[in-house]
Amino acid sequence: MNGPLLKDTAGGDSGGRWHQPPDDTRAPDGIDRAKTAKVGLRVFLGVVTSLFFLLLLAFITRSQVADWQPLTEPLAPLASARPLWLNTILLALGSISLQWARVAARRGALNGTTLGFALGGVFAIGFLGGQLWVWKQFVDWGYFVSGNPANSFFYLLTGVHGLHLLGGLVAWSRVGARFLRHVPLPQLAPVVELCAIYWHYLLGVWIVLFALLTSTPETYENIAAFCGLR
Amino acid sequence: MAYVEHAETAVLHEPKSFITRYIWSQDHKVIALQYSLTAMFVGVIALVLSDLMRMQIGFPGSLSFMDAGTYYQAVTMHGMIMVIYLLTALFLGGFGNYLIPLMVGARDMVFPYVNMLSYWFYLVSVLVLLSSFFVTGGPTGAGWTLYPPQSMTQGTPGSTAGIVLMMVSLAIFIVAATMGGLNYVTTVLQARTHGMTLFRMPLAVWGIFMASVMALLAFPALFVSAVMVLFDKLLGTSFFMPGIISMGQQLAHQGGSPILFQHLFWFFGHPEVYIVALPAFGLVSDLISTHARKNIFGYRMMVWAIIAIGVLSFVVWAHHMYVSGMNPYFGFFFAVTTLVIAVPTALKVYNWVLTLWHGDIHLTVPMLFALAFILTFLVGGLTGLFLGNVIVDIPLSDTYFVVAHFHMVMGVAPILVVFGSIYHWFPKITGRLLNDTLGKLHFWVTFLGTYCIYFPMHYLGLLGMPRRYYSYPNYEFIPQSAQQLNAFITITALIVGLFQLLFLFNLFWSAFKGKPAGGNPWGAASLEWQTPNTPPVHGNWGEKLPVVHRWAYDYSVPGIEQDFVPQTVSAEALEEMRQRTAQARTAGEGP
Repeated sequence: MNGPLLKDTAGGDSGGRWHQPPDDTRAPDGIDRAKTAKVGLRVFLGVVTSLFFLLLLAFITRSQVADWQPLTEPLAPLASARPLWLNTILLALGSISLQWARVAARRGALNGTTLGFALGGVFAIGFLGGQLWVWKQFVDWGYFVSGNPANSFFYLLTGVHGLHLLGGLVAWSRVGARFLRHVPLPQLAPVVELCAIYWHYLLGVWIVLFALLTSTPETYENIAAFCGLR
Repeated sequence: MAYVEHAETAVLHEPKSFITRYIWSQDHKVIALQYSLTAMFVGVIALVLSDLMRMQIGFPGSLSFMDAGTYYQAVTMHGMIMVIYLLTALFLGGFGNYLIPLMVGARDMVFPYVNMLSYWFYLVSVLVLLSSFFVTGGPTGAGWTLYPPQSMTQGTPGSTAGIVLMMVSLAIFIVAATMGGLNYVTTVLQARTHGMTLFRMPLAVWGIFMASVMALLAFPALFVSAVMVLFDKLLGTSFFMPGIISMGQQLAHQGGSPILFQHLFWFFGHPEVYIVALPAFGLVSDLISTHARKNIFGYRMMVWAIIAIGVLSFVVWAHHMYVSGMNPYFGFFFAVTTLVIAVPTALKVYNWVLTLWHGDIHLTVPMLFALAFILTFLVGGLTGLFLGNVIVDIPLSDTYFVVAHFHMVMGVAPILVVFGSIYHWFPKITGRLLNDTLGKLHFWVTFLGTYCIYFPMHYLGLLGMPRRYYSYPNYEFIPQSAQQLNAFITITALIVGLFQLLFLFNLFWSAFKGKPAGGNPWGAASLEWQTPNTPPVHGNWGEKLPVVHRWAYDYSVPGIEQDFVPQTVSAEALEEMRQRTAQARTAGEGP
């Protein structure tokens, strides 16, 4: 049996709680599947954030080696960022459409939800097409993946981002199939919301990537110095 | 607050046939067993590899097929399998899957389908890994750290297909671990039953939860490095590959940074140590409390220590790279964080010991393993203090002292917890007890054997014996006696290896022929022992989810007969138990 250690005078245990009545132990009921899915998605976005964060750190570190040839030089493919701006607008429009669908779903407007949802996917497909066109541009100009670390990182970063969006489109098409099966709106609303959150997130990631990929070597140098990598 | 209302009513992925029940199963308990059996299977392979290595070191030249390349391949695959495919998979995929829903009072994981995918991805990653034994050049022999450029250049075993399969396998494993981790974290956050507050969860759940969070954040670093190595290897990029002359030929790479790979690898690699250690900490806390019939000492402190270790483990990684060269201030920083992480870790050891103090210690097999864990972890942790300091680490780096340190702290110690936990939870999983005599025999041989293996290695390391060497001819600073010691270690390793087969035999024999255990053979208070059926059936809890009224550690509560109070006992029911005990006592005291 236990000795006198840790027993308070009432016979209770200072480390334990058995002498205290359980009071506020009843959790409120009715937390649904939608909430759980949202938490799951947020946790997943944490993982993706870690992935991109580490990729960007690698990018900055590698950019400080002498053989780095910036893509933003006058004769390099990113001298003009116009195609990337166009793609950014497409992705932003996709995000806005899905947000529209999300709000419409909350209000119970089926038509608005359907339209916004469909446009969100179409714009995302447009974005991916635009990215592929930029890749083709790189290849035409002779900027292959192994030519220079700057090229390698451009393909790697845009590729990883594109694959995440592609994964989102798989989910989008599955939800789309539910629209076609005329699943009632209240059951669609939570998944439309998940798509919207994911689209916003990937837009945010893309804006960071875009800003970094089109920055000058001096900016990289400053970031590297700030992170203690120089 | 989390309580899933629909769990009471919703139809769960009910299994309909043998295949959906045991193969494509979405039930967390079946998935846990699939994970565990697969992990144990690859674990046996890694064990055999380690014995082959020891044969070469103890009795050089005794195995005709063992040349330097084969030796390096054995080293690499042993390390990688043990750390990732055995320990990580077993703790998170095995114990995490089985225990989390039962311990928090859920019917299953929140995303059962993803959970099933997680196992099948894991299996594919294992198959890809094992396939590398059968390709030209064999598996990679670059050491489990896989540092480029050496892992990719000609001359290293498996530098063609082996390294590619290794990286692909790791990437698939990470996908599997992420799908699993999402489930474990979200289940803990969202699917806890009535009354199961975060601070009422057993420490086992806390350990596995925190380890899952860490795995989710740390594995991407390995994923990034694996993808970039594959780019370097297959597409000819130069992320990590510097300009290099190999076999008299200038390679096409230039400018890559091998140190960058080391940073990425260890940014994963160090949290990985705690991904393995934290579940062990959690599980062993429950074993100690249950078998000492005493509440865990300083529960809240233990939880905060788990969280602190989890956070700190992300800022210590470069202590694996002291000899790689870095800014001296960085060395100072990482030495300090490394020593700071010893504080919450030591706190946990004190609390385990204080839980034992004046406890009603039952020397059951799980308890023996738990006690052995405390000792082993202490020894391994103390040598960590040596290696955490830059100036002590540099002469000891790449010697057997390091081998002894990390085997004690993250090899033997977590494995002892794995064994203890299997002996402890086996009755819940199968409804039968493991054979006690075989268990004690297994324990003593494993415990004493591992000490005989790793204690002498500290000494060999101090002599300066380098690790990862295939043979040691003409090293004048290594005395002849070191060879005798190595032969002794090898013989012990073979014996310990053989006795693990006894454990496997016990496992399979007892699953069918063991003594029936009943629902709660250890008199444990936590929720998983209160299931209406043993082994728990699909859906775990029958009609109604359990309601939790207390923490998981109400042992030896004063004033009542039974020496434990299950988490499901309400205050009123406890009061009744008290009165009944008091009445029985007065009746007993009567004439």
